[in-house]
Amino acid sequence: MGYDAKFRVWRGDSATGELHDFTVAVNEGEVVLDVIHRLQATQTPDLAVRWNCKAGKCGSCSAEINGRPRLLCMTRMSTFTEAETITVTPLRTFPVIRDLVTDVSFNYAKAREVPSFAPPADLKPGDFRMKQVDVERSQEFRKCIECFLCQNTCHVVRDHEENKQAFAGPRFFIRLAELDMHPLDTLDRKDQAQEEHGLGLCNITKCCTEVCPEHIKITDNAIIPMKERVADVKYDPVRWLGAKIRRRSQSD
Amino acid sequence: MTEIERHTYDVIVIGAGGAGLRAAIEARSRGLRTAVICKSLFGKAHTVMAEGGIAASMGNVNSKDNWQVHFRDTMRGGKFLNHWRMAELHAKEAPERVWELEAWGALFDRTADGRISQRNFGGHEYPRLAHVGDRTGLELIRTLQQRIVALQQQDQRDLGDYEARLKVFAECTITEILRDPDDADGNPGAVSGAFGYWRESGRFVLFQAPAVIIATGGIGKSFKVTSNSWEYTGDGHALALRTGSTLVNMEFVQFHPTGMVWPPSVKGILVTESVRGDGGVLTNSEGKRFMFGYVPDVFRKQYAETEEEGDRWYKDADNNRRPPELLPRDEVARSINSEVKAGRGSPHGGVFLDVSSRLPAEEIRRRLPSMYHQFKELADVDITAEPMEVGPTCHYVMGGVEVDPDTAAAARVPGLFAAGESAGGMHGSNRLGGNSLSDLLVFGRRAGLGAADYVAALGEHRPTVSESDVEAAAAAAVAPFRTEGGENPYTLHTELQQVMNDLVGIIRTEAEMQAALDKLAELKTRSRTLTVEGHRQFNPGWHLALDLQNMLLVSECIARAALERQESRGGHTRDDYPAMSPIWRQVNLICSVDGDSVRVEHQPLPSMPVELLGLFDRSELGKYLTEAELSGLPEENN
Repeated sequence: MGYDAKFRVWRGDSATGELHDFTVAVNEGEVVLDVIHRLQATQTPDLAVRWNCKAGKCGSCSAEINGRPRLLCMTRMSTFTEAETITVTPLRTFPVIRDLVTDVSFNYAKAREVPSFAPPADLKPGDFRMKQVDVERSQEFRKCIECFLCQNTCHVVRDHEENKQAFAGPRFFIRLAELDMHPLDTLDRKDQAQEEHGLGLCNITKCCTEVCPEHIKITDNAIIPMKERVADVKYDPVRWLGAKIRRRSQSD
Repeated sequence: MTEIERHTYDVIVIGAGGAGLRAAIEARSRGLRTAVICKSLFGKAHTVMAEGGIAASMGNVNSKDNWQVHFRDTMRGGKFLNHWRMAELHAKEAPERVWELEAWGALFDRTADGRISQRNFGGHEYPRLAHVGDRTGLELIRTLQQRIVALQQQDQRDLGDYEARLKVFAECTITEILRDPDDADGNPGAVSGAFGYWRESGRFVLFQAPAVIIATGGIGKSFKVTSNSWEYTGDGHALALRTGSTLVNMEFVQFHPTGMVWPPSVKGILVTESVRGDGGVLTNSEGKRFMFGYVPDVFRKQYAETEEEGDRWYKDADNNRRPPELLPRDEVARSINSEVKAGRGSPHGGVFLDVSSRLPAEEIRRRLPSMYHQFKELADVDITAEPMEVGPTCHYVMGGVEVDPDTAAAARVPGLFAAGESAGGMHGSNRLGGNSLSDLLVFGRRAGLGAADYVAALGEHRPTVSESDVEAAAAAAVAPFRTEGGENPYTLHTELQQVMNDLVGIIRTEAEMQAALDKLAELKTRSRTLTVEGHRQFNPGWHLALDLQNMLLVSECIARAALERQESRGGHTRDDYPAMSPIWRQVNLICSVDGDSVRVEHQPLPSMPVELLGLFDRSELGKYLTEAELSGLPEENN
């Protein structure tokens, strides 16, 4: 059942760091986070790692395992052979704080730039009426646990620091899509997505969808429909004119 | 001394789960400059793990529901030890708190006519839990998080700064709450602020504020098998004690009946009660639905006696009684414990929970998506095709800071408030499922209000922080780095968890409590010489060494109160005192700290007004109250 596994874990800080080799016991049924915890308890008490729920619900323990963005708590050791060396490194897109912990404040800054849910001003709490079929599309996006694996893997920002300013990333495209598809939201989210959050920079390679631990179809269900509707409005002359007029009357 | 980062606020909230965020929203909405301080990233608090739903008697699914029925269920669930006023406020205000979430963007599952859907849950007479599949806690935390962002966006528009009036200090741990010295009569001085450290850098930070709201959640990390995350180290409970306040009901710890039992690394992770609410049944190794044999007298009238009746209830609740799988959690947890002890358990020491034979696979995946995912990914079990193995797991502490129900003000210390799991009284001896999320919202809001009123009444006068207290707090925080050759905090933590699990678990005896207290005293001594390696930057060994002090203090409170209470009730079962006692129902046990030791005192339970007693039959009250209490009731209760 149990065996000794070979682990390589990146240790360091914002200035410098390197991979360290460890041999560590593994028991049946364990996940990578269990092994990291065993390292803390027996070999490296100051090894820094974020985690909370250990059940795939909070999205804290994001890292890269053998180069793939994963949740440490949902990656079972049984998916590796006993001979394999398992390499654990911090998320590459965000600055390292220490060891496996990165500075994810980029995501919180982007979250603030998305205007909040705006229900009709005269609708009182308790009077909301919505059909299940109409809330389901947005509910899919609200499953997001904010692990930021999609943000980490997205090649628009993964090795392109210069794009971070103009690009909100997949997590916030599904937030915009969620609000856009909310039956009672009153703001125009499509123009926002295109003009203020860099939707146009995405060229739908679907890497974000592949790494989503909640299996949210980020590209197919959020990004592509948003892009299509942006295109509709932008390139249909009648709708383009209508949008112009409507916007002018709102600003009056 | 070294320069310390300093901030000044009107209110600081410790903890960013449901109660903390709701408190912060309220305080900020009342115009106070508010800081939220949390150990994890914003949006990761343990509330995210809540699955089943938020209990609120909106009556969307069964229009017979109302606050009185909810109040009655809550008191029954807590075996009448609840603070009646908290249970009353909670039942009355929960619907409004749910509706306002919807106005802030929450998307609950819907009824056919477009209202918020409500599901059945243990101990609730009608379908009452607003829910989003089985991830309601995530919806709650995200909605509150996004409400905070909305308020920050308002401040950005009005004042040019997102953080002008509401700021979140994430990955920051508070180690002491500071206050004025006692006055000449020995009354504790008022709160002046809080001291802590940034987890990222290890640097110290001081918050000066006249009001501090504790919303730190529970204590589960003192137990080996638990559904709780690492943050649940009883920080708020311990901070309140050290500041001079008191804890109530600490002997009552809820073991959720259904945690995962296999594989070992996931042992304790929660399996939502919704599985049973939606039709799942508990069976033993003989294939028997054993819960029919465990319905206690106090609940006999409300539960089905045959499987046929129990099954009919899901379709026609008005003319049938509910199945006993939906008894309150304490009853179900004890029953599972008994089955396993009698040798009728599952292969890995639990019992079977089966929904696969009760609902179509598609329906299971729709109603219980997280459970489907969790078992598939962590245990290779397909819950649409085979039963789960489950057993009790330490889930919730009913005990907490003794508070005033209306204002959430903590006992004995002006300026200190508490809400959510870290506050006590609301749930009595046992909490009903779904009553936690509503508790967070109702009393989180009330704590925000209470703090706002308190600060307004202070006027210009603000207590000041004493520099010597700050120096003492700083010295205590770095003590583990000074000791050489001491013990590893991880080892001590493992031993503590084993002690609490083995000796202060579901079934307790005097001898075991004594043994636990002896062992806890030894661990306390050893904890003074912990050694931490490395430096202060994001060092989990150091963080654990500090959290351990809180866990040890709170564990001692639990063990002392459990030794003192000589009866069995809710989340406290004494093998040597198996009966529930009407005399003990009149007693609250109050823990305080006296120097280095924990003191437990008896205090009368506040008595329920006659109009609320009138909601119950006299025959039912007869199971809980003393003869003297019953004879004092007016005629209409007869």
